[in-house]
Amino acid sequence: MDLALIVSVQVLYAIATLVIISSGLAVIFGMMRVINLAHGEFLMLGAYSAIFATKAGVNLWIAMLVVAPICVGLFGIVVERLIIRHLYGRMVDTMLATWGLSLLCVGLVTSVIGNTTSGVSTPEGSFSIGAYSVSFYTMALIVIAVVLLFAIRWVLRSTDWGLIARGTMQNPGMADVLGISPTRVYSITFAVGAALSGLAGGLLAPVSGVVPTMGGSFIAKAFITVIGGGSAILAGTVSASALFGLINQLATFITTPVFGEVALFIAAVVMLRMLPQGITGRFFKGSL
Amino acid sequence: MTAFRESPWSAVLVMLLGVMATLAIPQWVDDFALIQITIYVVMAILAISQAFIWGFSGILCFGQASFFGLGAYTYALAVVNMGESTMPVLLAIALPGLFALLLGYFMFYGRLSDVYMGVITLTVSLIFFNSVNSTAGPEWRIGNAPLGGFNGIPSIPPINFPGNPEDPLDAIAFFYLCAFSLIAIYGGLRWLISSRIGHVIVAIKENEQRATLLGFDARAFKLFAFTLGGCIAGLSGCFFANWGSFTSPTVFSLGQSAQIIVWVIVGGLGTLVGPIIGSMAIQWLTTQIGTQQTFNSNLVLGVILVVFVLLVPKGIIPSLGDVLQKLFGKKVAKGEDA
Repeated sequence: MDLALIVSVQVLYAIATLVIISSGLAVIFGMMRVINLAHGEFLMLGAYSAIFATKAGVNLWIAMLVVAPICVGLFGIVVERLIIRHLYGRMVDTMLATWGLSLLCVGLVTSVIGNTTSGVSTPEGSFSIGAYSVSFYTMALIVIAVVLLFAIRWVLRSTDWGLIARGTMQNPGMADVLGISPTRVYSITFAVGAALSGLAGGLLAPVSGVVPTMGGSFIAKAFITVIGGGSAILAGTVSASALFGLINQLATFITTPVFGEVALFIAAVVMLRMLPQGITGRFFKGSL
Repeated sequence: MTAFRESPWSAVLVMLLGVMATLAIPQWVDDFALIQITIYVVMAILAISQAFIWGFSGILCFGQASFFGLGAYTYALAVVNMGESTMPVLLAIALPGLFALLLGYFMFYGRLSDVYMGVITLTVSLIFFNSVNSTAGPEWRIGNAPLGGFNGIPSIPPINFPGNPEDPLDAIAFFYLCAFSLIAIYGGLRWLISSRIGHVIVAIKENEQRATLLGFDARAFKLFAFTLGGCIAGLSGCFFANWGSFTSPTVFSLGQSAQIIVWVIVGGLGTLVGPIIGSMAIQWLTTQIGTQQTFNSNLVLGVILVVFVLLVPKGIIPSLGDVLQKLFGKKVAKGEDA
């Protein structure tokens, strides 16, 4: 019984992590059709901002939930302005340019900070289920993932801004005619996506070693989740995270974390053979 | 200019220059430089595999490093177990090819768009990197060969003359082997591209739907090109494992995949010579960067990639061709005026 409970907590945690690390990527891809290969580096920058803020005396929760997203969001505005803006509609070139940006960020951070692992201690403590111990932070991440999903849904569905953004993505020319500047909407959307990535980085800082190359260990999962989910931002992210998180965690439970990742990947490739448009290409059509 | 580029004479010219350079280099340079040049040639083989599948077949593969790494690991594991190198070399070509066939089947027959394909192939190389990295324990071994995890596999036996394990190739013979392989692959690919199959492959790149409507099975042709690219990358990996008698999971790393892309972008997409020159130039540059401490090589590669995508999207060789054509064209025009 305890074992079943702990495995389900771990599965939920795996799903929550996937939701958190891929939501920024999903917003940028789902809204703007831009695949941001520098996503891992956005996470890395978020993690570093959280760590520096904590070292400067800021409360850890504020550092993770406020400072990290703001820093990376601002960085996103700069990136959109300098690189992405010139490449709209050229998906492959955007991927290449953001890949270059990813290398550039890794190189820059390595030169400035050095190739050493830094970190902050995991906040709160832990509680026990039978013989097993679960950290409160694990539960906190699950709650945050749920809140995050509802927040994204609320912004897209129920605010003027969400309506404007969705409208602009569907028909930029029409939005322009109606007096909304598409460039501004693009810029803000990219910044929001970047801020979500920064938030993810901040949240992961306590549970993973923070090194300049840390992005590499998350992006594989994030990309697979977003591609597996398909074009609907919310439904796609949730369904793909649930499916892949489950497979990943069960395989991890049976073998090792690395082979959990391999199982996730194989499942994704086989699934894409059957559903090339991702899960939401076939199911939950027309949802957000 | 364009006509010359596509005529068989340009292939013959490039190959002749290649053979001349290959024969001349060991006479002119010392051993250290020769070994440096050998690795440039090995990586040029990798570059040409990417140039072919991307530039001519239009397959967006961001994980060519997985086939390269698979070649390196296959050779290392096989040669440690077998002792004689002929079979391991063949395996190092066949196994990455088979893997490309399998992966390609899922991608092409699933009709993934090229953007998804880029992400999937990139992810494959990352998964390889993470998996091989985690095999450090003594329980991870194939036959007599421990996988070594992040420590890699040291002291890999070198290639020997076929059938004679006591007689390994020396530095000059190994250089000849790599360089003539490169020249042969270049020639072979140029021949393939000018053949009927090659025309279909290029046609599919230009317009997949039209080619399919004309009765060609685009998926099968793409799968063929992708598999061939995998084999060539595997051979390059095999030579790489030989070159330093060492291989480690970094052969699968994101940086390795990125480098290959940078070589092709810098050299020029849609040519075979461009990426060869691009790979040599970039490697020379990164070696130079390695000797000083101010700039990190990742940083410089990143800047090069961003700048080329934004400002020189065609790459050096085609842009140079354009410039020459402009100058040449002007001269003709002036001649007509006079």
